[in-house]
Amino acid sequence: MAKRIEVSDLDIFYGNFKAVEGVNVSIEPRSVTALIGPSGCGKSTFLRSLNRMHEVIPGARVEGKVVMDGQNLYDPDTDPVAVRRQIGMVFQRPNPFPTMSIYDNVVAGVRLNGGRMKKSDTDAIVERSLQSANLWNEVKDRLDRPGAGLSGGQQQRLCIARAIAVEPQVLLMDEPCSALDPISTLAIEDLMTELKDRFTIVIVTHNLQQAARVSEQTGFFNLNGVGQPGRLIEFNPTEKIFSNPDVKATEDYISGRFG
Amino acid sequence: MSTPTPTAPSRPEAAPEFDLAAESGNRLPRFAGWGLFVLGALLAAAPTALLGWSTGLFVVLAIVVGTVVTWGVSRAVEGRRKSTDRLVTCLVSSAFAIAMVPLFSLVYTVVSNGVGRLDAEFFTSSMVGVIGEGGGAYHAIMGTLIVTALATLISVPIGVLTAIYLVEYGNRGRLSKWITFLVDVMTGIPSIVAGLFAYALFALLFGPGVRLGVAGAVALSVLMIPVVVRSVEEVLKLVPNELREAAYALGVPKWRTIIKVVLPTAAAGLGTGITLSIARVVGETAPLLITVGITTALNVNPFDGRMATLPVYAFYQLTQPGVPPEFGINRAWTAALLLIILVMALNLIARLISRVFAPKTNR
Amino acid sequence: MTTTETPPLPTTGRRQVGDSVFAGAAKAAGILILVVLAGVAIFLVTEAAPAITAAPEDVPGGEGLAAYIGPLIFGTLLAAVIALVVATPLAVGIALFITYFAPRKLAQTLGYVVDLLAAIPSVVFGFWGIFALAPALVPLFGWLEDNLGFIPLFAGPASSTGRTMLTAGLVLAVMILPIISAISREVFRQAPALHQEAALALGATRWEMIKMAVLPYGRSGVIGGAMLGLGRALGETLAIALVLSVSGGITFNLISSGNPSTIAANIALNFPESTGLDVNTLIASGLALFVITLAVNMAARYVVNRRADFTE
Ligand SMILES: Nc1ncnc2c1ncn2[C@@H]1O[C@H](COP(=O)(O)OP(=O)(O)OP(=O)(O)O)[C@@H](O)[C@H]1O
Ligand SMILES: [Mg+2]
Repeated sequence: MAKRIEVSDLDIFYGNFKAVEGVNVSIEPRSVTALIGPSGCGKSTFLRSLNRMHEVIPGARVEGKVVMDGQNLYDPDTDPVAVRRQIGMVFQRPNPFPTMSIYDNVVAGVRLNGGRMKKSDTDAIVERSLQSANLWNEVKDRLDRPGAGLSGGQQQRLCIARAIAVEPQVLLMDEPCSALDPISTLAIEDLMTELKDRFTIVIVTHNLQQAARVSEQTGFFNLNGVGQPGRLIEFNPTEKIFSNPDVKATEDYISGRFG
Repeated sequence: MSTPTPTAPSRPEAAPEFDLAAESGNRLPRFAGWGLFVLGALLAAAPTALLGWSTGLFVVLAIVVGTVVTWGVSRAVEGRRKSTDRLVTCLVSSAFAIAMVPLFSLVYTVVSNGVGRLDAEFFTSSMVGVIGEGGGAYHAIMGTLIVTALATLISVPIGVLTAIYLVEYGNRGRLSKWITFLVDVMTGIPSIVAGLFAYALFALLFGPGVRLGVAGAVALSVLMIPVVVRSVEEVLKLVPNELREAAYALGVPKWRTIIKVVLPTAAAGLGTGITLSIARVVGETAPLLITVGITTALNVNPFDGRMATLPVYAFYQLTQPGVPPEFGINRAWTAALLLIILVMALNLIARLISRVFAPKTNR
Repeated sequence: MTTTETPPLPTTGRRQVGDSVFAGAAKAAGILILVVLAGVAIFLVTEAAPAITAAPEDVPGGEGLAAYIGPLIFGTLLAAVIALVVATPLAVGIALFITYFAPRKLAQTLGYVVDLLAAIPSVVFGFWGIFALAPALVPLFGWLEDNLGFIPLFAGPASSTGRTMLTAGLVLAVMILPIISAISREVFRQAPALHQEAALALGATRWEMIKMAVLPYGRSGVIGGAMLGLGRALGETLAIALVLSVSGGITFNLISSGNPSTIAANIALNFPESTGLDVNTLIASGLALFVITLAVNMAARYVVNRRADFTE
């Protein structure tokens, strides 16, 4: 059920400010694609434009095409809400709903969309999603406790469980481990490796080792100067990027000789 | 509250431990601020006792003499800068003490005059056929409950929806700037003008001289809506954007996100804000005086003629007490006491709501 | 995980009916507020019109609308100004006391206590004014007449009930005290800590620190707060209606029993028994009050908001 995403000539704006320019890329299904690059070069902006979360910000807009399954996500007739149902997202800071229990957090996506379900069905979804997020064993005895009462790493896995509970095609993750300790980070990296059999995964990370460990493809974003738009400089298999990149800037960045 | 309390300089960061005067060695001991002030106050007590002045005069005199003595001694011992500091300390402390005098005097007056008739009859009987002794405010209490409930029913949906528009949909556009501005303006509408508006509106519909419970509710709503908008707006702004984004990313439409995520997260604040806005209007007298009027009997239909309400009842029991007047005046005080209790209870409930229902995050 | 054939993305047609309904409702509520405010103005003008166009001899008092409303406006302004003059310095003192002088632990509680004043219904203030404050002030009025009678304000003869313009102004002062002090507290609290610390580091006393680093910063906030208090004082009804003993017209004599009424109090006292053109006249006076408070409040908002812009 994972799907390919084709991006062509994508320009992304905040009001009049062009944050990202001319992105052309094809994101492979059933694989992990990593996005790396210096701070402020537009990785998050690009990621958020893939499931139309970008336009939530007042004044933000996009030009160009993002095609999934033959359908342009930015077609005027396409419902952004439907796009987001199929392309889920995990944020940098864990953000479980504070008013809901662990159980309710997991089924939030299903319930908030007005779905009426039998208790046995939601029970199944909760168990399956928490299992997939490697969180089940830790929380199965306290599903009715507030989600905000978990540790940071557990909260982040809860958010992943919540995102996959609605069975999206694609999972976008924006620096999902940057607020976590090394153990939790490893747990989530393992999780990504398991999940990529079922989902297309795109992850933004500042941790180059992480990109090297988990991804098949890597994209390097860079910007020429302050106030200039960010660009996708190079997009290649991860192995190639880390051993023999095509572009000099990539090599400088990888080897820490940047700026 | 006859002895104002200038506080010792106890804040480490606000009270420098050294200054030029102190460095040159002359410094009054720690208790001096207090001590000198009390000394001055005692000086004021002497002529008071001799000439039989009133308490109020004594308080004023005590503050003045206490301040002057403190300042003078400090000036002589510690120098100009330090003494100015002490002078200001005395002045601002006195300002606070002076503000407490009316508060305590008011509460004392109302309670001591009002408890007398705080009996079962007051809560169970109306004023039908009562000229002198007896009677109660049952009809007025019911009227206040009905009119206030109706006003709440009108104001809360409008106010909450407006706040939602401003925070979630307005995008700081032209319309939302206008609404914000006019809500500010509305906050300043005098209550009597709100009453006139409601009267004028209903007079156009039902002819001059109309008095209806619902007209009073409309008048109260004009006063209540801006308060609701303001407080709900503040609360909604406090809901972290991350939660909205989390819901959007799950494919939840915006309106469901607002209803199922934003509002529940803000529930405690909403409860507090709405309760406080009720407290704000429950004691309003002027608009009800001219839109709802007064009756002696119970009328629970806000769409049919005059009703009695507690504040207006209090007003008329005082200004038209009947014969002999003391019974009416006693009823007026009891109604006033009841009003204060009602407002304070609402304030207390508001505080409890924000305590008890605050979202349980332990991040 | 069961792989179901995913339906194609739905299109605009059936999308977000809920969203447009809800957004529409929210917007409608906002617009309703504009309508209500316009309604207040329009209905007041409509109902006031007969009085404005009436022949002077038909208006109560027999000398035309201006002669009727004039003393009322004067009374309204006089009472409000007394309140402002008394309340502003006190409120600033209270705000300074709570923010900088009171023990840290008590500060919040003291703030609540002052706010309690704001919660008391105005009719109760009226009761207190008649029965507690007015009698307590009678000796003071006597003293003022005897010793300061050469000042027109205290010319007397002193009222024997104490229900004078000065008493009314003092009751108003107590009522607007919490408003002004709340806003002053807010601006004092926001004064940049850096400047305060710098001042203290230079060896300033607490008062010098406040003078240097707090008051200049808070001035326009205090002015705005005072004007909001003024707006409230202008519109205050019941406390004045109860406390002030009304007879006669414009006078600056604050301690005698002959006082002009205020617009709001006059409406409250006369409206219930009025019919016909009298009602229109009262509404016309209400319109005047609306315009005055509107102007004061807008000016206050302007001052307060300008400070906010300046801060950012
Ligand atoms: N909400 C916004 N409004 C206006 N400009 C924004 C907004 N968010 C980001 N930008 C700008 O867009 C550009 C790209 O930002 P973005 O957050 O995508 O960078 P990033 O690559 O994710 O950086 P980091 O690695 O620090 O997360 C930056 O110049 C940033 O200032
Ligand atoms: Mg980022």
